[in-house]
Amino acid sequence: MLQPLIYDIGSPGRMGVNLPECDVPKVELPAALLRQELALPEVGEVQVVRHFVKLSKLNYSIDQGLYPLGSCTMKYNPKINEDAARLPGFAQLHPLTDESGSQGALFLMRELQKWLGEISGFEAVSLSPAAGAQGEFAGILMIRQYHIDRGEGQRDLILVPNSAHGTNPATVTMAGMHVHELPSDDQGNLDTSALRAACEGELRDRIAGMMITVPSTLGLFETTIREVIATVHEAGGLMYMDGANMNALMAAVKPGALGFDVMHYNLHKTFSTPHGGGGPGSGAVGVNEKLAPYLPGPIVEIVEGGDLPRPTPSPGPFPSELGKGSPPTISPPSLLGGDTGGGETTEPPLYGFVMPEKSIGRMKAFHGNFGMHLRAYAYIRVYGDSGIRDVTRFAVLNANYLRAKLMETYIVPYPRYCGHEFVLEGHFEDADDIHALDISKRLMDYGFHPPTNYFPLIVPEALLIEPTETETKADLDEFVEAMESIAEEARRDPELLRKAPLTAPVRRLDEVRAAKELVLCCAPALPR
Amino acid sequence: MGEWKTRADLRYAETDEWFAVDGDVVTIGITDYAQDQLNDIVYVEFRDAGDALKAGESFGEVESVKAASELYSAVAGEIIEVNTALEDSPETVNADPFGAGWMVKIQASEQSALAGLMDAAAYDAYCDSR
Repeated sequence: MLQPLIYDIGSPGRMGVNLPECDVPKVELPAALLRQELALPEVGEVQVVRHFVKLSKLNYSIDQGLYPLGSCTMKYNPKINEDAARLPGFAQLHPLTDESGSQGALFLMRELQKWLGEISGFEAVSLSPAAGAQGEFAGILMIRQYHIDRGEGQRDLILVPNSAHGTNPATVTMAGMHVHELPSDDQGNLDTSALRAACEGELRDRIAGMMITVPSTLGLFETTIREVIATVHEAGGLMYMDGANMNALMAAVKPGALGFDVMHYNLHKTFSTPHGGGGPGSGAVGVNEKLAPYLPGPIVEIVEGGDLPRPTPSPGPFPSELGKGSPPTISPPSLLGGDTGGGETTEPPLYGFVMPEKSIGRMKAFHGNFGMHLRAYAYIRVYGDSGIRDVTRFAVLNANYLRAKLMETYIVPYPRYCGHEFVLEGHFEDADDIHALDISKRLMDYGFHPPTNYFPLIVPEALLIEPTETETKADLDEFVEAMESIAEEARRDPELLRKAPLTAPVRRLDEVRAAKELVLCCAPALPR
Repeated sequence: MGEWKTRADLRYAETDEWFAVDGDVVTIGITDYAQDQLNDIVYVEFRDAGDALKAGESFGEVESVKAASELYSAVAGEIIEVNTALEDSPETVNADPFGAGWMVKIQASEQSALAGLMDAAAYDAYCDSR
C-alpha cells in the first residue's frame, strides 16, 4: 500500500494553471540563485487532488472515531471553530496590519487572555508561545529572571517528578538550569518526604522552582498538592504547573488559586484547536502578579480610553460578519469575565500590543498562532461558563467509566479515581511475551487509534488512555469490547497480536531501524 | 514480571547500573533488568575519557525505542576508558549487558560509595519489588 510521492507522478511540463502570456520583458534568474536539486512536482490539478485525497484516506483522525491518545486530549474539534477562523475579516488580516486596522483581532486576543486567566485563576496571560513546550520554556525563563532580579541568581535547580512529561526536564536544560528529579510514592503521588528532604537540605538555596503536572501524568490528582506548593514556596522556589492535563480541571480547580505562580495552557488540547498534522499548537502562559512583568510579549492591552466603559463589540471594533446585525445571541460567559455588555455610546477603547515591563522577550514572530486563538475563543464562547464545567465533568466521567470497565481485564496499577485519563499495564501474567505495543497495534485492526505507549515511564508496559468528553457511552463500550477481545486473543492466539496490525496500510514498522537510520529524504525526491 | 540475570561478582545501584571493581578501576554498565525494561537500545552517548566525575554524577545517557535514560556513576573519579564500539552497535548492550556491553571504566578516587550499593541478591529482590 505504499503510495508514490507527488514527485513520482505527473510528467515534465505538466501544470495545474495556465498563466497568461507574459507582457513584460522576460528575464532569466541568475544561474547562481537556481538550485537544481529542488525539483518541483509537475502535475495537473486533478492529480494533486487525487494524490492527497488518497493519502487522507490512509489517515486516522478524530473525525473517524475514538482517539484515546493519553496526555494529548484528542477531543473532537467543533466545526464552528473552523467557521470562525475562516471569517474573511480574520483570515485575510495581514499580520503587519497596524493596530487601527486590526482592532477586532486585538479585542478577541484580549478577551481570550482574560478568559484563560479567569479559567485558571491567573493575573495575566500571554498568548504568544507557539506550543506547550515553548510555553514551558517561557515559564522557566520567567522564573529564572525573577530570581536573578532579586539577587538570587544562584537558584539553578528545578524539581521535576519522575512521572513528568519529557518536555519538563528538556525545558529546564534549555533554560540553562538543572533538573533535580523526585520520586513518586506508591499511590502515584509525588513523594513528599523526598520533596521535603530536597527543600530543607543543602540544596535549599539553589531551588528555583518546581515543574509539576496536575493531575499527574498517571491521570491522578496530586492529593498533597497544597503541601507540595507550600514546601517549595517556603524554600524560595516558584511553582510551575504543566497545564497539559487541564481538561480534568477546567472550572473545577484554579491552579492560580492553589498557589501556582505560572502555567501553560495547551489550546490544542484543552481548547479544541486542531492537533494533528502539525496543528499548529498554541501554548499560552498564565502568571500571577509576581511574574506578570516578565511575560513574553507582545500582549494585548487597552492603550487608550481604558477607563471608559467598553461598548458591545457590535458594530464597533469587530470586523466582518460578527459585527453585522445584532450582537451574538449567546450571552458572554459570566464566570469567564466577558464584559461585552453595556451598549455604551462612548468611543471604543483602543487596543494595542504592549511588551510587559521586564518581559523575557518574544517567543515567536508576530503574535503567536492567531488562528488558534480564534478557535479557542470560539470554543469557550460557544460553551460558556456552565458548558466548560460540563466538559471537565464528562472528561473525568468518561475516563473513570473506561477505567472501571477495563480493570476487569487489565492491570490498573493505581486503582483510585482518576482525572481525565488513566494508566493500564499492557501485559498479562498468563500470556507470554505480549507487550503494550502489541496490544496497541492490534487495536488498529479494531479501528481505533492506539493509546499512548510506554509513558509514564514509571509504569511497566504503560498504556495511557484518555477518552475525552466528546465520546458517547456507546463509543466507549465499543472500545471496551475491543480491549476485552484483544485480551482474550493474547491468550488464545498471541501471534495475532505480535503480527498486528493486519489491516493497516502498512504492517508492523521496524522502530529500531527507524531510530537508528535517520533517512529523512525519499530517494525519488532527489535529483533525477 | 520478566526474567533477568544478575552476576554475583558485581555491585548494583538503584538506578540499574552495575559496578565491577578491579583494584582502583571500576567498570560500569547497565543491568540485564535495565536493558530488558528499556527494550531495543538505539543510541548511547558517554562523557569523554579524561572527564572527572563526582559520586552520583551522570556519565552519559542511553536511548531505546521506549525511553531515554541518564547513566549514573556511584563512584567519584576520572573516566579512563569509554566503550566507543557501542556508539555504532548500541544493540550490544541488549545482547551482552554484563560483558561486551560495558560502558565506561573509571579510575576511582575513593570507593566508599560502593559499600552502599546492593549485592546480586539484594538487587534481585529490589527488581522483584518493582
